[in-house]
Amino acid sequence: MSTLEISVAIPAGVTLPIYMDNHATSPLDPRVLEAMLPFFTQKFGNAASRNHSFGWEAEQAVENAREQIAKLIGASAKEIIFTSGATESNNLAIKGIAEMYKERGNHIITQVTEHKAVLDTCKRLEKYGYRVTYLPVKADGLIDIEDLKRAMDDKTILVSIMFANNEIGVIQPITEIGKLCHEKGVIFHTDAVQAVGKIPVDVNSMNIDVLSLSGHKIYGPKGVGALYVRRRNPRVQISAQIDGGGHERGMRSGTLNVPGIVGLGKACEIAGEEMTTEAARLQAMRDHLREKLETALDYVEVNGSWEHRLPGNLNMSFVYVEGESLLMGINDVAVSSGSACTSATLEPSYVLKALGLGDDVAHSSIRFGLGRFNTMAEVDYVADKVIGIVKKLRELSPLYEMVKEGIDLSKIEWAAH
Amino acid sequence: MAYSDKVIDHYNNPRNVGQMDKSSGDVGTGLVGAPECGDVMRLQIRVNPETQVIEEAKFKTFGCGSAIASSSLATEWVKGKTVSEAMEIKNTDIVKELALPPVKIHCSVLAEDAIRAAIGDWKKKNGVGETTQVAVVAH
Repeated sequence: MSTLEISVAIPAGVTLPIYMDNHATSPLDPRVLEAMLPFFTQKFGNAASRNHSFGWEAEQAVENAREQIAKLIGASAKEIIFTSGATESNNLAIKGIAEMYKERGNHIITQVTEHKAVLDTCKRLEKYGYRVTYLPVKADGLIDIEDLKRAMDDKTILVSIMFANNEIGVIQPITEIGKLCHEKGVIFHTDAVQAVGKIPVDVNSMNIDVLSLSGHKIYGPKGVGALYVRRRNPRVQISAQIDGGGHERGMRSGTLNVPGIVGLGKACEIAGEEMTTEAARLQAMRDHLREKLETALDYVEVNGSWEHRLPGNLNMSFVYVEGESLLMGINDVAVSSGSACTSATLEPSYVLKALGLGDDVAHSSIRFGLGRFNTMAEVDYVADKVIGIVKKLRELSPLYEMVKEGIDLSKIEWAAH
Repeated sequence: MAYSDKVIDHYNNPRNVGQMDKSSGDVGTGLVGAPECGDVMRLQIRVNPETQVIEEAKFKTFGCGSAIASSSLATEWVKGKTVSEAMEIKNTDIVKELALPPVKIHCSVLAEDAIRAAIGDWKKKNGVGETTQVAVVAH
């Protein structure tokens, strides 16, 4: 009887479970929490209250946060609109621009590996008569600028291309896209949720007109995000999608989430100060993880461009092992899989499929998302654990056995079910 | 997803992992599923020609924890049964035993298919007539 329980010694300083899924969300930085706390109890004022000190105090904190966020992305404070998170930011940007510029045109360009908050927003607009082009990606996960050029026509009002992908971490050629958009007079929106605070983002040098960001991906709180909306060269206008008291220059009504906003601001400040050293540290850990896994295991593949990638992302397929069974074997480590069995739809990751990967490779993928609070000792533990379980599961895998015997799996007539 | 203790037990300690010589006359092999679907099971049985009792069973599975558990359980259940008794094993029995959630029922269906495919292969090799209708389960 074989046993699948892998015993790997827990290195000193490592406590289980280990969180290595920082693309999904990240823990709140204690410094962020500290900044937020007074705004729940003592400084609870409504930032829209203009006639007493409680309101002024809250408003000042909000304006300070606006400055902190603007500074991180090279914008000015007046260009920052607070929202409930990046899903709302993406909805507001795309629907708001589509509505505002509908006289100019009805064509929107996006790409296939966007987050659902962009894709499903675009799908809804199609029902309302807008035309949407979904650009393909190359095998490395990046769009081809020539495809974008060809897709643009005189009815194109908006291009929405994500900065960095949440599954495979690949970074799109944002500067080139922005340049092209500005040449053609098309508004450029980018969902920069995974990029802001991790890699340098500058809305001016990159020609970004509208940008979505989120608090909880950068060690800030959940339930708060922002939308950058360019005010000059060109001035971008957005139709409000939530009506009410006219907050945020009429673009987003609703009493401001002051503690959340303070937290988002603080998170941006810390990210700006520590980005260079943090990115180097994450990249060293990520490279070590990859090297360890590739040295110990055969048939492993990195998914997406290695060169154009976020420092903390490693997305790998452990071919001939199914992702969910792999996660089950490393249940003291929190990572994600592109396997169908881990998704609500029972479909393997549409992002990995868009790279042209077979479903079988997508089923075998694991996303490691390294973050601020991970350590090299944790990386070593996770690598050893994954190596152990992949080896065990391959002993159980008829596919691995067949491949080792020299059988070409593509020549087998599988009874698909 | 929360697994039942039985699924976890089969996953941690899979029974009867391995392979038998599929060219051997008393061995029946069933290979079901497809890599693109995320699960492939190979179940093999060794049948006593005199008694038609399944004396040995082996499996290998590429798939989620429930797929591994379903096939591991299937090998345990077919062992000691006659071929016609083994044909009586239903996927619903596997679902019940392992407390599989609705999204994992296809794993049990695949295990039932694997048993039937292995028996079918053995019957074909040994020229045993179809005493019961072997349904090709489409799903």
